[in-house]
Amino acid sequence: MVSPLDKKLLGDLGLMKGQVLTIALVVAAGIAAYVSLQSTFHSLEDSRDAYYERYRFGDVFVHVERAPESVHRRLEDLPGVARVYTRVLESVTLPVEGLVEPASGTIVSIPGGREPALNGLYLRQGRMPEPGRADEVLLLETFAEAHALEPGDTVPAVINGTLRRLRVVGIAMSPEFIFNMGPGGFGGDDEKFGVLWMDRSVLGPAFDMEGAFNDVVVRLSPGASEAEVIAQVDRLLDPYGTLGAQGRSKQTSNYVLESELAQLSNFATVIPVIFLGVAAFLLNVVLSRLVHLQRPEIATLKAVGYADREIGLHYLKLVSLIVLLGTVIGIGAGAYLGRAMTDLYSDYFRFPVLRYRVDVSVAVASVVVSLAAAFAGALVAVRRIAALPPAEAMRPAPPARYRRTLLERIGLDRFIGPVGRMILREIERRPLRTVLSALAIGMATGILVVGRFNFDAVEHLLDVTFQRSFREDATVAFVRPMPARVVHEIENMPGVLHAEGMRSVPVRARMGHRWRDATLNAYPAGGDLRRLVDVYERETPLPPRGVVLTRKLAEILDVDVGDEVAFEIREGERQTVSVPVSGLIEESFGLNAHIRDDALSRLLGEEPTVNMVLMRIDPLEWQELEQRLIDLPALATIFRPESLIRQFREQSGEMLMTMTLIITLFAATIAVGVVYNNARVALSMRSRDLASLRVLGFTRGEISTILLGELAIQVLLAIPIGLVVGRLLAEAVMSTVDPEMYRLAVVIEPKTYAFAAVVTLASGLLSALLVRRKLDRLDLIGVLKTRE
Amino acid sequence: MGRVTEVLEAQALTKVYRMGEVDVHALRGIDIALHEGELMVLLGVSGSGKSTLLNILGGLDTPSSGRVFYRGRELSGADERELTRYRRDHVGFVFQFYNLMPSLTARENVRLVTDIARRPLTPEEALALVGLGDRMDHFPAQLSGGEQQRVAIARAVAKQPDVLLCDEPTGALDYKTGILVLEVIERVNRELGTTTAVITHNAPIARMADRVVTLADGRIASEERNETRAHAEDLRW
Repeated sequence: MVSPLDKKLLGDLGLMKGQVLTIALVVAAGIAAYVSLQSTFHSLEDSRDAYYERYRFGDVFVHVERAPESVHRRLEDLPGVARVYTRVLESVTLPVEGLVEPASGTIVSIPGGREPALNGLYLRQGRMPEPGRADEVLLLETFAEAHALEPGDTVPAVINGTLRRLRVVGIAMSPEFIFNMGPGGFGGDDEKFGVLWMDRSVLGPAFDMEGAFNDVVVRLSPGASEAEVIAQVDRLLDPYGTLGAQGRSKQTSNYVLESELAQLSNFATVIPVIFLGVAAFLLNVVLSRLVHLQRPEIATLKAVGYADREIGLHYLKLVSLIVLLGTVIGIGAGAYLGRAMTDLYSDYFRFPVLRYRVDVSVAVASVVVSLAAAFAGALVAVRRIAALPPAEAMRPAPPARYRRTLLERIGLDRFIGPVGRMILREIERRPLRTVLSALAIGMATGILVVGRFNFDAVEHLLDVTFQRSFREDATVAFVRPMPARVVHEIENMPGVLHAEGMRSVPVRARMGHRWRDATLNAYPAGGDLRRLVDVYERETPLPPRGVVLTRKLAEILDVDVGDEVAFEIREGERQTVSVPVSGLIEESFGLNAHIRDDALSRLLGEEPTVNMVLMRIDPLEWQELEQRLIDLPALATIFRPESLIRQFREQSGEMLMTMTLIITLFAATIAVGVVYNNARVALSMRSRDLASLRVLGFTRGEISTILLGELAIQVLLAIPIGLVVGRLLAEAVMSTVDPEMYRLAVVIEPKTYAFAAVVTLASGLLSALLVRRKLDRLDLIGVLKTRE
Repeated sequence: MGRVTEVLEAQALTKVYRMGEVDVHALRGIDIALHEGELMVLLGVSGSGKSTLLNILGGLDTPSSGRVFYRGRELSGADERELTRYRRDHVGFVFQFYNLMPSLTARENVRLVTDIARRPLTPEEALALVGLGDRMDHFPAQLSGGEQQRVAIARAVAKQPDVLLCDEPTGALDYKTGILVLEVIERVNRELGTTTAVITHNAPIARMADRVVTLADGRIASEERNETRAHAEDLRW
């Protein structure tokens, strides 16, 4: 048996269906964001934890030049150290066929066909290399996939200067390579970063590491202090050329994963808070109005003996139903979106198993959180019911009091007609509602701005990089440094208008205990094809002596102009050179050191060499030229910035479309929710006035102006607020990006602002049209017969 | 005696409302005319159809059948836009519950109408006419019921309408205030010559009319002419 109150509830919901739906959708958007982000976060975190535990991921990592195996024991004896695993780890070049750019990689030793003690391996396919086999390796899954390599295939690798063809016997993954990025890389790149695992008895001798190691993984005892262990390890390994021990937080793959998890977790809080805040506000507005309209009914219920609690509960039930509808839609949509996000992540972060699941606790939490937000919004209105004595409730509410607005009091009333005054006085009577509405709609605008900002920032980066900095039409790269005369050979080829050589060297930049892997780029004097351009698009000249450092690198090393920085060259003779810093440059990505090529060859005591040749070309002769370039000896790759940009824009264009669609839906949900509900409430409050005006001979258009003018002001106030909010959100997003990888300027294109403003206006307009239809059906005669 | 000019004329008016399953016959064939400059009182009990008739004459409602003419032009069959135009230019309304804009002062409530009228009085003139020259800047919440009704009358007459239609103008007022409001209506009719129809269920008010039409059950039950019009101040009930 349905109680009469519950019947009334269903009746009320039916009458309010537009409002019920728009508010439920705002709740749904918040819950969808919450569920999808939380469940993605938990799925990633659980997978990471399981992976780290099962495959014994280390806690502390340290690289040395060369330490005898006897040191292993002394490391293990350090307090706080539970387990020590020593190994040989070196950089390799992987000149795989068909590569667009040279692949770099790491080769890691494994102990005689056994599982490593720490940083274990998950063998995806094939088998472990047999002990003593010099030609067998395991290959990292992502690299294998990117090049379609399978067990039985061979992979070329330049190990300590010697090109070898190695047989892939197994495909593996490891917790230290969940995210793959080579040194100085530009984000993850499966194709251009590979990892090989090889038997230590073979790899050791190749790098002169027999009975010795150059890399250590340490597992801490429970409760041990990471900082103390690092200090002790550094002290112990100091004589062996340590580069300084690092905790997990600095380990590349873990670092990127952690940053992503932190960002997800932030978003999982901020976005739902915005949406549920807006929903709470809307419920407050709508419920306050409903309680006002139902004053006589409430009074009757009280008069016949219903308790305040029962009546209050009745309205809370109404709110709960709206919220639950939103929550159900939200959990469904969130579960779907979360799966899609997790699938995207599984291309990016490699786990043996990345199992997506929506935690029951997340679903329960979303119900609880949304109900709490709704009740917070509804509470004031519901408490007003309880405070109402039945006799008073039966009388109509006292007429609203109005006064002259500030604008009129300062004498601007001459410019405002009665209709304008009605609008302004209504706004001034409820300033908080106007401000909150404008803020809520502003959030929608802000979400639109921040959603598209990433693309603006990357476009700006592309622009600075390829319009101002990388000015060549085409580039050839070599697998090893070539004598400088190759530049002239290329310049003499038909179709080449101009050519310049460049040398880029992987280095470890070091100042005391501080170090970072970086790229040292050498440019010819008077070169024109590569320029140093900072994020503000200012050009920095390259001085004849010393190096210009990426400002971030200088900060990490704590050096300034005039200081000497040590560069450990990580190829060839592997010597260490000391170079004064002659300048700093604010660059968008990577950690670099820039130097003149003659200065570099003086430092290295070598003849000038190049490993890249940059060209200006005649596009009409490109095809024949490309054929000639392919025949160059030791060629690693040929690429054209133009095609890189085109490819990038194609990929990001699709992303931009999808992203724009999703955020537009989310933002429009808020904007429509706020404007529509405010309009409905305003219509309900003003229908009597509006009908009276119609009787007096005002047209439909004229009364629409009165009703919608107030909303138009809210929307117009919201847009500038939203643009500021969007910029602040963009800055907040940027601050969560790893500054050692990207330092994108917060650049927001005018067209992004315009897009956000237009979508907000359009949502407002759409809501206005929905309400306008109701305005046309205003009951003129009905309102004349009743007292408000 | 010259030909009597008819401001409004209705022929064979009927109005049927559908209330759920039941048809309600509010008007069952009414022929009526409103003459230039006269004050007519439409008397009837609640449900007799008088408000329906007034609403149709004022262009707020349309008849189910029959025809309505305003100065010889047919109103029945006019569309929404034409009816709005008609109300805007020619009709002044006064209602039982005043229907003022609570957010506007007395002066501004009148200005609402004078801003869109063709040859209006100034808001100040209209308010002086109803004796509210000194309360022009008060908001409705600051005025008594009688004062609010006088503002409503000022608003109705400020456009100098051809016809003033008053639906139970004293219905929500006490006796003393009611008389005051009727005096204003009487003055508007006499001084401005505005053709006026007043609806009421209060029989004594009929004494102030030129002509009294009584409605019962959707039909005209009687029609009589007062030899002399009583002054509003002399009415008693």
